[in-house]
Amino acid sequence: MAKVTIDGKTIEVPDGTTILNAARMIGGEIVPPAMCYYSKLKTSGGYCRTCIVKVTKGSEKDPRPMPKPVASCRTTVMDGMEVQNITSPDLLEARAGVVEFLLVNHPLDCPVCDQAGECHLQDLGYENGKVKTRYEFKRRTFEMIDIGDKIKLHMNRCILCYRCVKVSDQLTPYRVHGVLNRGEQAEISTYIKNVIDNEFSGNVIDVCPVGALTDKTFRFKSRVWFTKPVDAHRDCPTCSGKVRIWFKGADVLRVTARKDEYGEVVEWICNNCRFDKKQVSDWTIEGPAHISKHSVISANHYETPFALSALKADVKKQQKKLEGKKVELGEGALNPNNK
Amino acid sequence: MQLTNRSKVVVKKEMTLMERLYLPAILAGMWITIKHFLRKKATINYPEVKRPIAQVYRGMHVLKRDEKGAERCTACGLCAVACPAEAITMIAEERKAGEENLYREEKYAATYEINMLRCIFCGDCEEACPKEAIFLTDRIVPSEFLRNDFVYGKDKLVESVSQRVDVSVRQTKEVANFKKDNKQQHNINDLKQFFKNALIKH
Repeated sequence: MAKVTIDGKTIEVPDGTTILNAARMIGGEIVPPAMCYYSKLKTSGGYCRTCIVKVTKGSEKDPRPMPKPVASCRTTVMDGMEVQNITSPDLLEARAGVVEFLLVNHPLDCPVCDQAGECHLQDLGYENGKVKTRYEFKRRTFEMIDIGDKIKLHMNRCILCYRCVKVSDQLTPYRVHGVLNRGEQAEISTYIKNVIDNEFSGNVIDVCPVGALTDKTFRFKSRVWFTKPVDAHRDCPTCSGKVRIWFKGADVLRVTARKDEYGEVVEWICNNCRFDKKQVSDWTIEGPAHISKHSVISANHYETPFALSALKADVKKQQKKLEGKKVELGEGALNPNNK
Repeated sequence: MQLTNRSKVVVKKEMTLMERLYLPAILAGMWITIKHFLRKKATINYPEVKRPIAQVYRGMHVLKRDEKGAERCTACGLCAVACPAEAITMIAEERKAGEENLYREEKYAATYEINMLRCIFCGDCEEACPKEAIFLTDRIVPSEFLRNDFVYGKDKLVESVSQRVDVSVRQTKEVANFKKDNKQQHNINDLKQFFKNALIKH
């Protein structure tokens, strides 16, 4: 076990834990943002540098600080390590620089992009970036590519996080796409525009932190904040069948995997569930998905802040208790304010 | 209970001779009426005469086209999400090859509707628009007989290529500078610093 202090908060974690995961165990605002690291994908991380942190004390045995910011997703903790994330103004400045680099070639086409509203790069830019761009040169541009009939690749928007490559490597038996060329010319592509075609290939859409890989069946259908996310499931022979469906009115516009608080997929879903099951009758609906009230997706959505069924059970329990005393619950018993 | 000090106690006493004549009271009443003939009229003969309005008056919306006549709106939905009255709805569509001179971006609003009965003319849509597509103008929304007619579609909102709607008063240098002013963007950086300081103290 190793004791690590991040922004003044101490936690004991098993040896070999990365600083990022230790921070996630503490939780809250001190968790560094991550664009390429994905806890569900092995060997992910280390590309984007947004998760950099400042190590002010290496360990108990060697208390020297690390000379420059380190990528927290790839650096493991040492006993007695002290880390600064949001408490270090220098580091925030450095991270703003990283965001600037990520945005060098990223187009400002958020009004057109389907990812807008649930885009990690948007969040990152808003929370850590600068207000204006200083980049004056021509951005690299690519033509849009159809990868199969269900996925669209906008290489312009790609930040080369390699998540989709790892998904294809680890989730599917073989992959047909990867990163071609090097340096500034590097691009995600398929070999001679091969079609990605296997049962779990649709997950590359969910892992993509930007709008580079998007669902063609949802293309320009609606902005995400006009749709309502609902958790649902079905008996699927290939995957768990636990998904999130996005309604607009009574129509299912899109099916995605469920995501956790860090925007990472909880359970992978198959292409059949994702692209072909777009009838309400295909699904057993569990209830509205919880969306952070700070997210634009929660705009105009009226999610009940408490679980009604749990409250009803609670009221029944209390009623049973009161039965002996012969006290009747009034009309307002279900009102949470009367609790 | 006395609510104001203007209440008067009503006394039912016998009227005097002067009061029973009623003539002085009638004359006093007439004088008040006649006084109004001499006053300046409170009304104007609209629409022949129009009242002066402020330069930044917020009236009927317009969806602008760019210099080449292509529609600027890309159906990004920011106006609709900014709208406090939920008056705006839209359906987007992908631009096809050959429509480049009709629509500016690869996505455009196939339908765009503003319910003028819902609209409160706050101008938030104009402020939210990243494409400078929607503007409020000095035109007044005319009255209609049917509620349905107040739902304005693209036919009423998009300006025609030949008859452009002038919104230059809303695009003055001051406005442009205000939009670019970093300090005005809800003081993003100050707020950030405030929260961070609070967190450090905590």
